[in-house]
Amino acid sequence: METRIDVEPDRRVVDVLREDLGLTGTKESCGTGDCGSCTILVNGESRLACLMLAVQLKERDVVTIEGLSQGSGLHVIQESFIAHGAVQCGFCTPGMIMAAAHLLKTKPRPSRGEIREGLSGNICRCTGYQKIVDAVEFASERLDSEEERD
Amino acid sequence: MRKNVTEVFLPETVEELWSILDRHKSADVYAGGTDFLVKQRNVLLKLDTLVCLERMSELRGVRARQDRIFVGATTTHTQLHTDQRIREAFPVLAKAVSLIGSPAIRNMGTIGGNIVTASPAGDSLPALHILGAEVEIRCSEGSRRLPIGEFIRGPGQVDLRAGEIVSGMWLPKERHFQIQSFEKVGLRNGLACAVASLAAVVNVSQKNIIEQIRLAWGSVGPRVVILPQVERSLEGRPFTLQTMRSVVPMVEESVSPMSDLRASDGYRRMVAASLLLRLASQ
Repeated sequence: METRIDVEPDRRVVDVLREDLGLTGTKESCGTGDCGSCTILVNGESRLACLMLAVQLKERDVVTIEGLSQGSGLHVIQESFIAHGAVQCGFCTPGMIMAAAHLLKTKPRPSRGEIREGLSGNICRCTGYQKIVDAVEFASERLDSEEERD
Repeated sequence: MRKNVTEVFLPETVEELWSILDRHKSADVYAGGTDFLVKQRNVLLKLDTLVCLERMSELRGVRARQDRIFVGATTTHTQLHTDQRIREAFPVLAKAVSLIGSPAIRNMGTIGGNIVTASPAGDSLPALHILGAEVEIRCSEGSRRLPIGEFIRGPGQVDLRAGEIVSGMWLPKERHFQIQSFEKVGLRNGLACAVASLAAVVNVSQKNIIEQIRLAWGSVGPRVVILPQVERSLEGRPFTLQTMRSVVPMVEESVSPMSDLRASDGYRRMVAASLLLRLASQ
């Protein structure tokens, strides 16, 4: 879906997504690249929306948490997070899922260690990470067996 | 809160870049933004013009020549550490940049940015020093080169004049070092600013005698610390823990770390020496 917006060029992408486009799934927690809650995909690669200026999105393909699932259902990763109790307050969740989505695209069957490494830019204060790793591991098996790639 | 920025440019060619820098003499230049946009947030600067280099394909990528490799300044850390030629020729550099920040930071941050930021804790810098990296600097009138140790003058201070950008760095492909190691100590495993780090390349004989050794410490001084007296003292001796123990006092005395919120200077001295012991324990 192509979008054209008129914004000041120095607005951060996280502000453009949340305030100008109403896509509040992407969160801001630290604003300095240290927490990962603003993780989005730009041309398929994970990026931090708090450290990008709006103009950097020109002619780029952007996927936020709202756009991860195709159609009206949830993505395999989202369903897995719910099923494994990997969501408590939910604030880190969009960023975690986007980081996981990128990880599983580049490493389809990661070990638990590789999952932790792939999510090493995302902080969670609630869950203790165990269930998040469980959820991503399960999702990777599901995705691999269904041979679904986003 | 940031003050208003009037214009942000996204040049795609060097001609566009020189034209912009010529018209906007006080323009600030950034590539990935992972250091620059954080600094901009913390310091109330009135910025007139910003130039983002990320679309300039001429400045991005690894180009191998016969005897050396050129790495474009806007090559991201992810691109760099996953490049097969870098992994084969310079595993110490590939390892170092693979430890920077986090996966998303590595997708955005660039090697040129790491050099120009010139943090005492810059993770790529020790490896670049021992590999003999030369920084290529370009402006509209031409280019020049400087060894990285001369380009970086102090914390956040580099030999870059108005109208100049770092275009990349040259790495000589010397004989392959058998042992290449980079270790970084931080307060956690990811998104960690190094408290102390050591990049090392070693060649040993069949009888395990050190023939050649180059060491560079990070985060234990205002710039990367190179200790030729330690290297000379180690050459010709067995590559063992015992040998390394004998130079621990020299290392602890010679580094010049600071105390800050992450670690005390005493701790950093100790870890700087311990990293050398770990090198011989691998």
